[in-house]
Parts: sequence; C-alpha cells; structure tokens
Amino acid sequence: MNAEQVLFWLFSVCTLVAASGVIFARNPVASAMSLVATFFFLSGIYVLLWAHTIAALQVLVYAGAIMVLFLFVIMLLSLTDSGPVLHFTPSRIAGGVAVIALFVSLTAVFRKLPTAELTWVGDAAKLKNFGTIQHLGEVMYTQWLFPFEAVSLLLLVAILGAVVVAKPRI
Amino acid sequence: MIQTISTSHYLILAAALFCLGMLGVLIRRNALVVFMCIELMLNATNLTFLAFARERGDDLGHLSAFFIIAVAAAEAAVGLAIVISVFRARGTVNIEEIQSMKH
Repeated sequence: MNAEQVLFWLFSVCTLVAASGVIFARNPVASAMSLVATFFFLSGIYVLLWAHTIAALQVLVYAGAIMVLFLFVIMLLSLTDSGPVLHFTPSRIAGGVAVIALFVSLTAVFRKLPTAELTWVGDAAKLKNFGTIQHLGEVMYTQWLFPFEAVSLLLLVAILGAVVVAKPRI
Repeated sequence: MIQTISTSHYLILAAALFCLGMLGVLIRRNALVVFMCIELMLNATNLTFLAFARERGDDLGHLSAFFIIAVAAAEAAVGLAIVISVFRARGTVNIEEIQSMKH
C-alpha cells in the first residue's frame, strides 16, 4: 500500500462516517458540524484527484461561507432536538430500499468500468497545467466567460430573492 | 505511467455519498437537515466531475465543479430564506406538517 492508497481509504472512510453523522445526528447543529467535517475530508479526496484549486474552493466556499449560513439559520430559529430521528413508516422504508437498490446498481456499473491507465500523464505540458489556478482562470475568462457571467447574475438574483423572501417587511 | 487509485474507486465513493444524501432527504423531517443532505448530493456530483476530469486529463471538469459550487451557494441562500419564511408563518420546519399545497 502506497501513501496515496492509505490517504484515499482514510479520507473516504472519514467522509462516509461524517456523512452518516449528518443524517443520523439528532441535533441540527451536530448535523451541520458533521457536514463541515464531510467537506474537509472530501477536499482531501479532491487533492488526491489533482484538483487543488477546487479543494481550496471547497474549504473556502462550502466549509466557510455556506456552512456559516446554515449555522446562522439554525441559531436564528433556535431549533432543538425534535423526537426520534428514525420513525419507521412505509414510505420511509420504501425510500431506504430504493436508496440501497440505487447504490447496488451504481456500484455494479462502476465496477465494470475498464481500469484504464492515465495515458495522458505522459504529456508533460498537460500535466504541468492540469488543474492549476492559472489554467482554470485562463479557460474561465475566455472560453467560459458567458457561463461565468450568468452564474454571477444568478448569485445576484439569489441574494435579492433571499432578502425579499426572508424579510417580513421591506 | 503513474499507478494511482482507479477512477471507479472514486465513482463508487461518489455513489455512496449520493445515496447517503438521498437517504437523508427521504427519511429526515427537519427541513434544514434535508437541505444539508442536498448539499451532500451536490458534493457527490462534484466528486464525479473531478474523477472524470482526471481520467480524461481535461480540467474542464474542474470548471463544472466550480459552477456547481456557485449554484449550490445560490440554492442554499434562497432555500434557507424560504425555510425562515415558512418558520415565521407556521412555527415549524417539520416537512410533514407543512402540507398546505397538498390538493
């Protein structure tokens, strides 16, 4: 086992344990904290996938900004524990069975994927540029400029919408 | 040639994460926890994009992940505003008690 395999298994087990914590924690604050842990471990996985820029963004935007928003709302509503988490009803059991079936079928498909070697790694120039913030920035501000501007507009609309919806009187 | 963890390992991890998020959406009643589970599912999607980006040696997948993060931020802002507004009107965030739009 080399270092990459050790890190992969460590991060994936931690990610899945923390994600289960999100679902099965009784207190919403505990769920939010588990979600922060999930995002951190997942950014480790992103680094293993040579996506350093996205890993940094994951920590800054998700674990930073979005989770602060969640915690603000939890504390604003001062939610407390609300009864047992698992309350079995027919629809929930059906949902659980559907989730297990989805996971089994997805796993069956992914295991059949050909395990191709990464042939492009031989291209030194490509490897040097892969996932760097410089290369991503170049592509984003030239080829993907229009989607980028569209997303900025979407964020503006979302901010205005959030204020309009959440404020009792404007 | 570099020996690495294969893409299918990452895809199975993404599938597990997506299924955990979906399980949370289906079994939890607290609207905030449901939102957090949607974030889990979006992260599983990001992981898939990044895994295929490395497989193909094409970092446009990284840009897709970037856009998903931005859209997830917008979704969280609007969704949480709706949760606050519903809580103000009903005094609860339990999604089983909020069913006035049911026929």
